Amino acid sequence: MSNHVLTVAYIAASVLFILSLGGLANQETAKRGNVYGIAGMAIAFVATAASTAVSGSGYGVLAAAGVPAVIIGAIVASRVAMTAMPELVAILHSFVGLAAVLVGVASYLQPDHNLVGVEATIHQLEIYIGVFIGAVTFTGSVVAFGKLRALITSKAVLLPGRHGLNIALLVGTIALGVPFMSAEGTAGLVPLMGMTAIASVLGIHLVVAIGGADMPVVISILNSYSGWAAAAAGFMLSNDLLIITGALVGSSGAILSYIMCKAMNRSFISVILGGFGTSGGKTAKAAEGTATATTLEETVESLDAADSVIIVPGYGMAVAQAQHAVAEITKILRDRGKQVRFGIHPVAGRLPGHMNVLLAEANVPYDIVLEMEEINDDFPETDVVLVIGANDTVNPSALEDPDSPIAGMPVLEVWKARNVIVLKRSLSPGYAGVPNPLFYKDNTQMLYGDARANVNGILSQLTATEATSTLVPAAVG
Amino acid sequence: MTVAIAPETDQHSSPQPAMRIGIPREVFPGERRVAATPDTAKKLQKLGFEVWVEANAGQGASFPDEAYRAAGCRVVDRPEQVWAEADVVLKVRPPTPEEAAQLRDGGTLISFIWPAQNDGLLQDLAARHATVIAIDAVPRITRAQKMDALSSMANLAGYRAVIEAAQQFGRCFTGQITAAGKMPPCKVLVIGAGVAGLAAIGAARGLGAVVRAFDTRPVVKEQVQSLGAEFLELHFEEDGTGTGGYAKVMSPEFIAAEMALFAQQAREVDIIITTALIPGKPAPRLITREMVDAMRPGSVIVDMAAEQGGNCELTRPGEIYDHNGVKIIGLTDLPSRMANQASQLYGTNLVHLLTDLGGAENYQVDLEDEVIRGATVIHEGQVIWPPPARPVAPSPAATTPAPEAAVPASTPAGGPLGKWVMPIAIAAALIGVGVSAPESFLSHFTVFVLAIFLGWKLIWDVSPALHTPLMSVTNAISGIIIIGGMLQISGDLTSPTTILGAIAIFVGTINISGGFLVTQRMLKMFRR
Repeated sequence: MSNHVLTVAYIAASVLFILSLGGLANQETAKRGNVYGIAGMAIAFVATAASTAVSGSGYGVLAAAGVPAVIIGAIVASRVAMTAMPELVAILHSFVGLAAVLVGVASYLQPDHNLVGVEATIHQLEIYIGVFIGAVTFTGSVVAFGKLRALITSKAVLLPGRHGLNIALLVGTIALGVPFMSAEGTAGLVPLMGMTAIASVLGIHLVVAIGGADMPVVISILNSYSGWAAAAAGFMLSNDLLIITGALVGSSGAILSYIMCKAMNRSFISVILGGFGTSGGKTAKAAEGTATATTLEETVESLDAADSVIIVPGYGMAVAQAQHAVAEITKILRDRGKQVRFGIHPVAGRLPGHMNVLLAEANVPYDIVLEMEEINDDFPETDVVLVIGANDTVNPSALEDPDSPIAGMPVLEVWKARNVIVLKRSLSPGYAGVPNPLFYKDNTQMLYGDARANVNGILSQLTATEATSTLVPAAVG
Repeated sequence: MTVAIAPETDQHSSPQPAMRIGIPREVFPGERRVAATPDTAKKLQKLGFEVWVEANAGQGASFPDEAYRAAGCRVVDRPEQVWAEADVVLKVRPPTPEEAAQLRDGGTLISFIWPAQNDGLLQDLAARHATVIAIDAVPRITRAQKMDALSSMANLAGYRAVIEAAQQFGRCFTGQITAAGKMPPCKVLVIGAGVAGLAAIGAARGLGAVVRAFDTRPVVKEQVQSLGAEFLELHFEEDGTGTGGYAKVMSPEFIAAEMALFAQQAREVDIIITTALIPGKPAPRLITREMVDAMRPGSVIVDMAAEQGGNCELTRPGEIYDHNGVKIIGLTDLPSRMANQASQLYGTNLVHLLTDLGGAENYQVDLEDEVIRGATVIHEGQVIWPPPARPVAPSPAATTPAPEAAVPASTPAGGPLGKWVMPIAIAAALIGVGVSAPESFLSHFTVFVLAIFLGWKLIWDVSPALHTPLMSVTNAISGIIIIGGMLQISGDLTSPTTILGAIAIFVGTINISGGFLVTQRMLKMFRR
């Protein structure tokens, strides 16, 4: 296949990738978007395979490496539980990082003698940067995976002098760049490997210092990095398709990170460099008062009496795998003519959009799953809010207490509803370590215990009252 | 069932007499409303009250006496009986001097009073050691909305204003193109977007008119727009928000600009509905004789402020007046023209008020309660109006959500300098690239920068609900890095380049197939 045809194929693939991302703008076109992505990938793959760049034994290698990988990927994708999506996304990011490192090193070992002078220098620089980003992405994603899998503690691990360590690692990277750039032939491999090791340590250290609830930001940053790594590979291989794709993915991840940071009212830098409550030294007011405990029966009664219900899920729902029971409750209440909606905080869960995926898995219609801005004004007109495994995202001190570490973070204003029922194990603070005054408000009742057991309890009581409750309207009318 | 009723009758005949509520017939000419409907009377009885209704009290509002009897009320023939025997008298209009003289000594009256305009009435009632609660003096705060009769009546009045205008207007509200020719839509201008104004906007929009609205308070802009009307704005920095949901008096410059706007609108629109009121002052003059002259014959003006002197210079309160073909409606009984509905809403406001007073069992005029204190104008013969001043409407600044206020504080302390650092750095970097980089790099660089911008534009459109599928699809797409591997595997099988390339293909391909498949799986789950 001639180079011109290859170029045209790459253009087609780029367009398809762009259409793919555009298609994800809403639920109706999202599936088509994914198909565009697959088509783009297929075109790019076939065109490259048919081009002069792959020949002879290359096809054997390609088949040997590609076929098992397709099968492995398919198996993993069809088996993974929706609650484990964050882990899957994290480990897939690490693969991109690893591939970027390998491609970079391989490219270095196969010098292109056509490049001279400035072009050669730039090429080397591209390799160096590409490998660096790839290595950081790789180890960072592996650590993120470990944290999400609970293989390593999800708490922020803060080494003493960690900022100094980060700076030292960066300085080391730049310092090793000097011998690398000046080396002849492939003699720079040693400094390149050294830099890869340093970048790997940097990736580990950066992510280890970030706690569990900041994971949505971390995942989207790593998503961004994996894009930049691909773009860097594109530069070193002079391949526009890689550049375009990498840039698309990179900016996508960057926007997601920005949205997540904004949702927590925190700067990008402070998320990257460490956990909550460590920077400002501010202390939140202790929440005062007594929390009112409630029972399953009372919860079911208030749900029965309510006309409008908003359910606010958090990571706790994902951990307890309670989404199916929640969906059932929603269905029963909706069948009884009640308005039931979901309020989703942008950083609920461990992955951007995590709650939406879980609720979709449980067959909750997506048009009753609303974003924070869409639903926040409706709380005053709501009879009952059911908070399931959410804490910091419904903490009123974010708005009421200027000294709180989460002050200024937009939260779901559930306390404005007539009744709030919080399903929670205990009164302990959430991830941010901030006491939650919501629990002590007059209109808040606490339903203690395991979220899954309680949600199932509510469900079975609701189904039990099904028969009797249908008589109620007749009695009133 | 008789078994169930028996204990209730026992309660009624219990030795302690229940508190008695009296509903006299309204005597004001043309007033058709009544302070309790059979429905609200039932609710009053649930609160423990006994309800006496004067015969024919509900006639004007289409509630026959039988309906009251069926609701458990006692229908009394003579008004004196109602006034003399009731512990609490519920009325709509302020009592006439004759009525006031009939109130039992130490009795309670709840009705519209307009204490600011009716000083003589206050003195009369105080002389009878009465307790008087003025429903029009209920503070306009969130908690008291359920008993805000001003709003419930204004809502109906706004609706009725449009209906009255339609009655006088010789054309259709909605535009149509028919075989018999084109009908242009009617253009309506609503001045003052309070409760009445908003109701008028809604009703006029419902009939298909093109509606514009003006208000001195910028905060109502969104409410106006949410009803589908255009909000007319003066490009003038002045906020007319006063207290209690009303507007305040504006500066002369503002008024001049405002009048120019009305004069221009008068030439364009078919119907003007004015609702502008400033508490304690005569209604502001907004529509002058010249503006009325400028209107097309057949146009209609509804002056909802007619009772307070009118917003239009030519308004004759209580009349529909024809000025050179322009009809000026100065009716002052708009809610009364919706008597059935108005009585039901007003009656419900009163039920809520009596609930807050503790019902019959725990009945108490609690002056510690902000709402009760505000509404009580005479307490056991003492005139306690006006209540101590207190700002009742939150200022626009206070209603701004807290997070917005907090954001500037948490942004990095960059200041004017910080604002310039980034652009300068970017410009410097670009110049650096331009000076040193070769041609081939620059073409890639162009593609790179454009792709970033494209991605930036595309991703903002992605619905937050789809962020997880977005991540998995971008993840799959970034598996495109296998192309890099594919370019390196055609050499010697044992060379490190080939091996590294093969591994890169392996891991990248897992990414591609895994990412796309899991996205497909997720997207299948999203259903409406």
